[in-house]
Amino acid sequence: MTLEQLILQVDALEKSYNGRPAVAGISLAISAGTCFGLLGPNGAGKTTAVEMMENILEPDRGRILFKGKDRDRSFKQQVGIQFQQTELMAFLTVEETLKTFASFYEKPMPVNQVMDLCMLEEIGNQRNNRISGGQRQRLLLGLALINDPDLLFLDEPTTGLDPQARQHVWDIIKRARSRGRTTILTTHYMEEAWVLCDTVAIMDKGRIIAQGSPKHLVQIHCADMPPESRNLESVFLALTGKRLRE
Amino acid sequence: MSLKRMWSLFMARSLEFIRDRAGFGWNILFPFLLVAAFGIAFGTDAQKQFKAGVFPVTDPKPALETVDIPEALKTDPSVQLVFFKDLDPALEKLRHHKIDILIQSGDDKAAGGVRSTDKTVVRYWVSEASPNGALVEKLVKAAVVPEFFLDGRLHRQAVPGTPVRYIDWLFPGILGMNIMFSAFFGVGYVIVRYRRNGVLKRLKATPVTAFEYLTAQLISRVVVSMTASMVVWAGCHGIFSFQMQGSYLDAAVVFFAGTVCLVSFGLILACRGTNEELTNGIINFICWPMMFLSEVWFSIEGAAGWIKQVAGFLPLTHFLSAARKVINDGATLSQVSEEVMILSVMSLLFLFVGSRLFSWTR
Repeated sequence: MTLEQLILQVDALEKSYNGRPAVAGISLAISAGTCFGLLGPNGAGKTTAVEMMENILEPDRGRILFKGKDRDRSFKQQVGIQFQQTELMAFLTVEETLKTFASFYEKPMPVNQVMDLCMLEEIGNQRNNRISGGQRQRLLLGLALINDPDLLFLDEPTTGLDPQARQHVWDIIKRARSRGRTTILTTHYMEEAWVLCDTVAIMDKGRIIAQGSPKHLVQIHCADMPPESRNLESVFLALTGKRLRE
Repeated sequence: MSLKRMWSLFMARSLEFIRDRAGFGWNILFPFLLVAAFGIAFGTDAQKQFKAGVFPVTDPKPALETVDIPEALKTDPSVQLVFFKDLDPALEKLRHHKIDILIQSGDDKAAGGVRSTDKTVVRYWVSEASPNGALVEKLVKAAVVPEFFLDGRLHRQAVPGTPVRYIDWLFPGILGMNIMFSAFFGVGYVIVRYRRNGVLKRLKATPVTAFEYLTAQLISRVVVSMTASMVVWAGCHGIFSFQMQGSYLDAAVVFFAGTVCLVSFGLILACRGTNEELTNGIINFICWPMMFLSEVWFSIEGAAGWIKQVAGFLPLTHFLSAARKVINDGATLSQVSEEVMILSVMSLLFLFVGSRLFSWTR
């Protein structure tokens, strides 16, 4: 794989909080135009790892390259981010929020196109404090897409969504991939990772304990299991154990 | 730096404020209610600063000629007479500072009074713990001195120029105080809330810089506060007919400098932290002493030197000093240039510190 094909390279990334390591030296190489899934139990360090890649958190050690170079000011123009938990300005409407965010970028997508993509037309005039949880998730996804990013970070984008809305988010991610865009996805839904991801990495205790395509991981870790148990969830449980976290 | 981003953030924050009807309404209503309350409190009975209890008087609203106390006290504009039937309840009121002095009407021993053989003796009770009591005691003493005794010893002169009513003196203070609250809570508190609930984190993920964000917040709050102050000014002027001695343009420049300075101070309060309760406490801890030391309600003329020195470090002190000079005394901009300069330097300092310490997420 050439450097041009890699959109993000992460090398020996570390981050501690009060002396407790949250991310303990992870390395990744993510190809352009793919969907990369980061899986792990609660407290595994996924969000910390992703926020360092997003340039939200400063790593204690390690290096991150975007398109083969250290991230500069143009990085934020080229990435879209949907955080796990974000409030929005309560008294703005959905359309105003999208327009405000669109103005932050040099080459934004037309707002009506994003509204159409995320099915937000019907609630365009509603204020952010009056929309439902599912509508809010769609708006947050719209904000992440507003600059037509080369690299899209989605932190548990389908949590709390009904099956229809979840399918809709999946369609958006698939469409982005078909247009050569890259997605880094964290999720607790193994089915989601199976359907969407070209590559997944499983994290536990701040480290990557397995990495590969979902099919490859199943082949390796579920070889001795009955056919009905050969899936990504079994891989996940086999690697991270059944003990409850957090 | 992108003006487009700053304009969008300015519009977003301003729309947020205007659409938050409760917050917006309170920003207009609060100073208006305060001015109205003070207008009533210092209106017709504005000069009646002291309460003198008189007993024994059976009628709660007696004809004054039936009350046997020195005539000068009956007509003294600073004294409000409160009548009691008996001594004990009146003493109770005196003990609890509900009245400042208690005077016996006549020499009737009934109702607990003290009989005197000398008709000219005025008997009174005063609490040694009451500062007002000491002052009104002097009024009682002065009331028994015949006018002719003062002839040639005192020479009364009125203050030259247009007298400044208390409400005229107070009004700039209330506007300044409202701007201070608006700056600290509307910027400081709101940004801390945005940090706690992730709005700032979301903005950090965009190309928006801290400078663009803070500048947009500053401009939005200055425009909103200045507009709200103009509305309050116009409304109050219609009711109380404030006396404006200086130029409205000069006053606008002073209010602009003061508002920018206070909002910049608010940005320092907002630069770190995610705990709204703590921020609320810190804002109150700063606001309340600043209100008193900066002379929002009362002058600190005559206070200890160190108190005045502390007041000199507070932006509201210079803001109100300049505003009162323009509004009450007709000062020109050049005559308040020192205050405006201090406010400008403080603004730059606060902005520098605020932007250096600002964190999107911590």
